[in-house]
Amino acid sequence: MDLTPVLDGFAVVLEPTNLLYCLIGVVVGMLVGVLPGLGPAATIAILLPITIGIEPVTAIIMLAGIFYGAQYGGTITSVLLKLPGEASSVVTVFDGHALARQGKAGTALGIAAIGSFVGGTVSIVALTFLAPVVAGFALDFGPPEYTALALLGILLVATVSGGSRLKAVIAASIGLLLATVGRDTFTAGERFTFGSLGLADGLDFVPIAMGLFGLGEILYNLEERHTAAPAPARIANVWPSRGDLRQSRGAIGRGSVLGFFLGILPGGGATLSSLAAYAVEKRRSKTPERFGNGAVEGVAGPETANNAAATSSFIPLLTLGIPANATMAVIYGALLVQGVAVGPRLVEDDPELFWGVVNSMYIGNILLLIMSIPLVGLFVRILRVRPAILAPITVLITLVGVYTVNNSVFDIVLVIVFGVLGYLMKKAGFEPGPLLLAFVLGSLLEDSLRRSLLTFGGDPTGFFTRPISGTLLVLFLLVVLYPALRAGLSRRRPAARSIDTEELV
Amino acid sequence: MTSAHDGANTPGSPGGSTAAGATPRGDVGPGSAASAPAAGQTPSTLHDLEEAVHHLEAEAEHRPPPAGVPTNLVVAALVVALGAAAVVGSLDLGVGTASAPGPGTWPLILGVILVVLGLALGATARRTSDAERFTGSSWAVVAGLATMLVFVALIGTIGFEIPSALLAFVWLRFLGGESWRSSIVTSIGVVIAFYLIFVAALSVPIPHLF
Repeated sequence: MDLTPVLDGFAVVLEPTNLLYCLIGVVVGMLVGVLPGLGPAATIAILLPITIGIEPVTAIIMLAGIFYGAQYGGTITSVLLKLPGEASSVVTVFDGHALARQGKAGTALGIAAIGSFVGGTVSIVALTFLAPVVAGFALDFGPPEYTALALLGILLVATVSGGSRLKAVIAASIGLLLATVGRDTFTAGERFTFGSLGLADGLDFVPIAMGLFGLGEILYNLEERHTAAPAPARIANVWPSRGDLRQSRGAIGRGSVLGFFLGILPGGGATLSSLAAYAVEKRRSKTPERFGNGAVEGVAGPETANNAAATSSFIPLLTLGIPANATMAVIYGALLVQGVAVGPRLVEDDPELFWGVVNSMYIGNILLLIMSIPLVGLFVRILRVRPAILAPITVLITLVGVYTVNNSVFDIVLVIVFGVLGYLMKKAGFEPGPLLLAFVLGSLLEDSLRRSLLTFGGDPTGFFTRPISGTLLVLFLLVVLYPALRAGLSRRRPAARSIDTEELV
Repeated sequence: MTSAHDGANTPGSPGGSTAAGATPRGDVGPGSAASAPAAGQTPSTLHDLEEAVHHLEAEAEHRPPPAGVPTNLVVAALVVALGAAAVVGSLDLGVGTASAPGPGTWPLILGVILVVLGLALGATARRTSDAERFTGSSWAVVAGLATMLVFVALIGTIGFEIPSALLAFVWLRFLGGESWRSSIVTSIGVVIAFYLIFVAALSVPIPHLF
């Protein structure tokens, strides 16, 4: 492959502005990871207004930094306080906190940081080689393939996201329905606008994302009292010993590979891969009874895997234009707002953006390693900031921020409306993630479906006569029927539980 | 004949097809199988892990108790109603045919899906426990919402400073339980910081009083 655009990408990263925004991104990500409450998706949504005024590549470098930075930061609270700052760091609690209780918090944090760095870096290298291949493969995709791909992507995200599957699919359908509001691209007729001019161009992505993810989460958090964070113990020595490193070497290697592949899958992402990595480490271990009582591998595996997955989940977004999880959906939205055409042509048409973003992750990971080992004490101190003080500041950033997009008070109203919707959804057990993901993919899906039906002359079996769309749709049906299949299997075979673990792993 | 029958009837026997199929990696042999239940307090399968994770999250977050069946039924009814509205709306738009899809085709499909899924949700209302009850602390959300509405109502006429300070103060003192002094100092400090960043440094055209 031609390496010139890859190297040119480094020139883009090394521009001072881009370096600065990379630093801002990873610091914000680290903070978000450390502070319980807002996740990376919510933070990226809240910061969308900032990205509008700056270059697309700079904006995405920053947003990506927040995403993978949060994977580093989430570890700190898991280990020290048994309070996962991030969903993908939840399994780290089992062994990380056990290590902290034995006075080895530093070891756990050090191993996690090194694992995260290795996982992230391995994943970027693999991404560099794999992404252009995937994009080249996808260049031939027509409307039927995109229909199948979008359907499968939305379904997988809805299936894997925590909570009820049925509710997640409902949320996704509502997202698709919201995407139909506005002008119909085929007939230019207005749909569901109720005569309102403001709705003629469709619902705006920014207030929806900021409301559903940002404000919705803040309102939801108002109802709970986080147990007051006890003053964390001093971190003595973050450099892990040679023995610890030797012990976790295998776990870091396996975590990198596992995380990379699970991250590519839609719906896979950081959380699932950290769970899978923990399961693998425990299964492989000759002494599984140590797990839960402070096994270093139980920290190294998941922490490596979640970072590798965070990085590789950029592949479907940057090569196919299909976001693999809720956070990627927000980044996708940011690209759309910037007017960047995301899809298989991105690598060829906009190499500066593509390789700029990819290569910025090397720098970001180095910065994060520095922040997680020598500077970790600084971030531990941030835990003393009370959530009660942060909440109103985030609200104000959201409200003022959304105003600055269009200088419109109406947008503030919209963001509050969607904030209430996000709150009520979470209250009723619906995750807003699938809704937003389906919303950003809605018009692509509808366009592809209608184009395909026109080509096939209305015969839906046409989807199955093309090899790629056929395969994807068969997969789609398998995922739809999976619960029924599993119920049938487990009635006959009590061991079905461990089988599906194996399959996932 | 009888032996074949026996074999088919004992899937749970040791060394049976189930065990072999379930652990393709089980090269360690019976040793690993024996130690797995011994370490039962820490989860090892993905399912157990997910359960443990949910438990941990619930422990850390003190969420309100689950909602009752009526709430679940209302939620299901809302989903059905939304789906039905989409169906009606799409019929108005013109559904077209499969070979010539119209503007209403896709919304019609979505509407039908929503109605079906909503009915399924209603049918399982008794078994769902992931919805939360509204409790006394839900009033905090109403109060927080009210401060935002005041913010929107006032920002056009008197600028963002006073509404922001008010919002921050209410959230700090009454929703966050901070002390009076810290609430007043912080809310004024936040407004000054916002003014310096947005108005003085970035000259964002946000309505401001000063």
